[in-house]
Amino acid sequence: MKQEAIIQVKNVHKSFKSVHAVRGIDLEILPSQFIALLGPNGAGKTTLVEMIEGIQKPDKGEILITGKPWKGNEKELRRIIGLSLQETRFIDKLRLFETLRLFASFFGLGAERCEEVMNLVGLEEKRQAYVVNLSGGQRQRLALGVALLNKPRILLLDEPTTGLDPQARREVWMILKKLKDASATSLILTTHYMEEAEQLCDYIVIMDHGTILKEGTLHDLLGKSSAYIEEKQEYKGPPRNLDELFIELTGRHLNE
Amino acid sequence: MNKLRNSQLWQLILANARELLREPAVLFWGIGFPILMSLGLGVAFTKKKDVTVTIAVIGRNHLIHAPSDSVSVIQTFLLRNKAILKVGKDGSISRELTVPDEKLGGTKYIFSDMSWKKAMVMLKRGNLNLVMDESGSQIQYHFDPMNPDAQLTYLKFSKLMKDPDLIIRESETEIRPLNVTGTRYIDFLVPGLICMGVMMACMWGVSYDIIEKRSKKLLRRMIATPMKRSNFLVALITVRIAMNFVESGLLFLVASLVFHITIQGSVPALILFFLSGNIAFAGIAVFLSCNTAKTEIGNGLINLISMPMMVLSGIFFSYHNFPGWSIPAIQKFPLTMMADGVRSIFIEGAGFGEIMLPALIMLVIGVAFFTAGLKLFKWH
Ligand SMILES: Nc1ncnc2c1ncn2[C@@H]1O[C@H](COP(=O)(O)OP(=O)(O)OP(=O)(O)O)[C@@H](O)[C@H]1O
Ligand SMILES: [Mg+2]
Repeated sequence: MKQEAIIQVKNVHKSFKSVHAVRGIDLEILPSQFIALLGPNGAGKTTLVEMIEGIQKPDKGEILITGKPWKGNEKELRRIIGLSLQETRFIDKLRLFETLRLFASFFGLGAERCEEVMNLVGLEEKRQAYVVNLSGGQRQRLALGVALLNKPRILLLDEPTTGLDPQARREVWMILKKLKDASATSLILTTHYMEEAEQLCDYIVIMDHGTILKEGTLHDLLGKSSAYIEEKQEYKGPPRNLDELFIELTGRHLNE
Repeated sequence: MNKLRNSQLWQLILANARELLREPAVLFWGIGFPILMSLGLGVAFTKKKDVTVTIAVIGRNHLIHAPSDSVSVIQTFLLRNKAILKVGKDGSISRELTVPDEKLGGTKYIFSDMSWKKAMVMLKRGNLNLVMDESGSQIQYHFDPMNPDAQLTYLKFSKLMKDPDLIIRESETEIRPLNVTGTRYIDFLVPGLICMGVMMACMWGVSYDIIEKRSKKLLRRMIATPMKRSNFLVALITVRIAMNFVESGLLFLVASLVFHITIQGSVPALILFFLSGNIAFAGIAVFLSCNTAKTEIGNGLINLISMPMMVLSGIFFSYHNFPGWSIPAIQKFPLTMMADGVRSIFIEGAGFGEIMLPALIMLVIGVAFFTAGLKLFKWH
């Protein structure tokens, strides 16, 4: 039996004045699937994710969450989605715990859930700290915590580990792995780190210039790409890892 | 109880209140500044200070010669009243005469000997009130008829010349100064300052705050949750209005301690009216900030709205000084409406009957702008 997709993206386009940021993307995400969106700067990852989040509207195409469009279902869909934006700012003069309380209240949740989340993202020590005084990495973890407050069925994280030290990054991975084991949450995550995609996600989508260059499981991607290179008649053997594949596909490094 | 504490409106109110109270600058501009302003202006305008007027005397050495030398009326007058002779560093000669007056404040006259040409220069610079010319057969006074100060000097001084005994007599008995509470400048000023404070607080505390949060992409994160959009604005406004009550209350407290200002009309009516004025400005503020994410534009919009009202709405002086045709328009400004109403309760002893209509109008203004603002509101 084919599983019903929880997110369906159908031929979606989005332009900003002269920039055609997303040009015809199709994507389906199944329940409890973890998907990584990989792509260099300006590939259109944030634009795509924000359209799925209902923050931006596509110019063309359709996005369905649990089979429903954003229009007319916003109230319902907001309840099952947790997200962190690429640039997240919170109110500077609020303390960390107060910030969690505020966002929890939007979901009708109380202090108890805030305690849980605070422990989950390892910020107990910073409970009383003002948001403005948190380090970049601590702020990222707060953003993750806010995204997890409502135990979302769909989690959308835009570069959740950019700017974290390797240790903190591993901690975020641990949190997300635990989440995968314990619940049926689906995740879309954008990243510049191959390792992150390899470690966490069952399905990898490589984007550039607003289109999908290649998608599949890690195994698929590394297997199939040799054929692609054969077409160009410059066979160098199959790429050993995502990094090599990525450079072959886009002609650039991911972290540029 | 827990339910209330977990409710989003309550948490939003808490967040806004915390943000406000944790910003010391906000407290200074909101509370300290208006109080200082009322103290400064109040003291400046309430104490009847001695005034100094300068009168140019045209003619050669009128002031220094003995009366027997000529028939100069001014000389005779000055010497009889023992005006003090002063010689400046540059050799200029003047005489000073102080006429005390308990009720209206004393006047210090300075008579300076000078040429017509010099007198004209000083007159143009505003350093002279009156020019006296005795070179003809009788005294001639020259002054700008458009200048009320010059007119007053002329009237006072010519009266003194006709009846020099005035200096010795205590003061004019028929004058009864109205120092009763309610008729002084400070009684006019404080209600106006309170209303202006509300307007500015709403403009900066609501409009600017929203625009800044939008430009920092804070609103964007908040609406990506099930937060009810109106709750966000209602919380912001509620905190602002509560703060306005505190700020205005403190200003009133200080003014009542220092200047013995009282509220002559109905206090409940005042509270109701004040609230509806607050709602009017809060609504306008939301509307003003509904669209832009640029703080510079916000700045401009705020000045565009608040500056004309500050000048025209009769905060510092009565708008009845403006031309008659403009007054009906001025009276329709929200700030005029609020200041007139608050003043009528403070000074004229108005109650619910008098303020009901303007209170209702301001409420409608506030609700209409708020609703329109919410409709057009851009969250990112
Ligand atoms: N609001 C906007 N106005 C104008 N252009 C935009 C806007 N948002 C995105 N773009 C453009 O759209 C393209 C895709 O941007 P997007 O933010 O989706 O890239 P990204 O893949 O998330 O990049 P990064 O890895 O740097 O975050 C870029 O060329 C960007 O300049
Ligand atoms: Mg991005």
